[in-house]
Amino acid sequence: MREVYFDHSATTPVHPVVAEEMIRYITGNFGNPSSMHSYGRTARKAMEEAREKVSLGVGAGPEEIVFTAGGTESDNMAIKGAAYANRNQGNHIITSAVEHHAVLDTCKSLEKEGFSVTYLPVDRFGMVSLESVADAINDKTILISIMHANNEVGTIMPVPEIGRLARERGILFHTDAVQSMGKIPVDVDEIQADFLSVSGHKFYAPKGVGALYIRQGAPWLPIRHGGGQERNRRPGTENVPGIVALGKAVELALADMKEESSRLVRLRNMIINGVMEKIPHTHLNGHPDKRMPNHVNLSFEFIEAESLVLSLDLEGVAASSGSACSSGSEKSSYVLSAMGVPKELARSSLRLTLGRDNTEEDVDYLLEILPAMVERLRLMSSSYKDKH
Amino acid sequence: MYSEKVIDHFTNPRNVGEIADADGVGEVGNPICGDTTKVSLKVENNVIKDIKFKTFGCGAAIASSSMLTEMAKGKTLEEALKITNEDVANMLDGLPPQKMHCSNLAADAMHAAIENYKNKNASS
Repeated sequence: MREVYFDHSATTPVHPVVAEEMIRYITGNFGNPSSMHSYGRTARKAMEEAREKVSLGVGAGPEEIVFTAGGTESDNMAIKGAAYANRNQGNHIITSAVEHHAVLDTCKSLEKEGFSVTYLPVDRFGMVSLESVADAINDKTILISIMHANNEVGTIMPVPEIGRLARERGILFHTDAVQSMGKIPVDVDEIQADFLSVSGHKFYAPKGVGALYIRQGAPWLPIRHGGGQERNRRPGTENVPGIVALGKAVELALADMKEESSRLVRLRNMIINGVMEKIPHTHLNGHPDKRMPNHVNLSFEFIEAESLVLSLDLEGVAASSGSACSSGSEKSSYVLSAMGVPKELARSSLRLTLGRDNTEEDVDYLLEILPAMVERLRLMSSSYKDKH
Repeated sequence: MYSEKVIDHFTNPRNVGEIADADGVGEVGNPICGDTTKVSLKVENNVIKDIKFKTFGCGAAIASSSMLTEMAKGKTLEEALKITNEDVANMLDGLPPQKMHCSNLAADAMHAAIENYKNKNASS
């Protein structure tokens, strides 16, 4: 059976070159970067080279990059650190309803500490409008946090415009670039971000490593305390193999980003157009153009996406759905709800996210097996009775 | 996360469809997560002669509907009424805990279908 991985927004395989590079810092060069001896110096050198690569990847200076354990930690550090450092200026934070839980739940936790948060609505494509950000700003606003690209529907937000607005109003701006980093250009000056979060395992580095960009001079306080590593911004002995891997992964992503992204756009459009043509009662979720090159999200009327994910898995195709059964909770996704997608369609949404390992043959295989699968589930469905 | 039996019933569901001239029909939905199961019955001499289902839901919802129809076919109405959602889950070698409340509705749908049959017969 053919095996196809279409879930790169969940995680990616580690690139062989990245793995080769990092293993040298697991077995041989195991030193602690804080040590004075040669072991420590070797580790520190590798770490600083990686910092250089990551900083180049986002258009920052190396001293503005802090290594973290991943996207969630970066988001927590950016938002809480900015909130705590600026609580004398105000207590209002602006974010959107479709952010990742790492942002939403951090904001919710700040609400319990006396901060007030505006969760901006999005349009039917999952887009935050510049006007809504402008309208939400008040004299207590200290931070705006809007993601670069949405993880569930792939919509790319107008972050350079929002960043410019924030800068003009003297408000700090954070963007969660976990989905965009390594796939489309990410530049902190173009975005005018003060903080930007990155996660390694979304672009072929291993899990457990990420980075946070903190603009030089941005008012911010550390939320962790310890031995002074990362200039006190994120203390704790550094994850040297992970950091080396992150640096290498950024370097590899930049090397062929243009070619790889147009290749993915082609495959992505083959899937979208192929499915819409072959399968009736199908809808595209997210923005038609302003979407990630690798991102497909489709709703199939009359069926629940989990059944489709299971059917695909049984035929060797790994995909995901926005809906998940969690005890007593709504199954449909909060992102699709915020976009105004009807509940039935939200429950039938399938996410396919492409990556380096995917080929045209993978897409052909999907388009060959999917129509019959959808038809089979529809014929079983209690909501399909009068529609054919 | 699913047992082999669940996968088997999901892949090759038994008794899918709707009985055209059903003696009883029952439809049950979970308002929170939106799963719905519809069961139709053919009853002869107090025995379930035929039973079919249609389900909108996840793999667990489809598999439990299929299993229920197998368990109920040939049973008397009294026997069938004793089948619970838990019995269906047990026959499937268990369901993930988060699926128990929302995706295991088939026995309830059958009970509703039997109720419907009884009501029809009482009024005629």
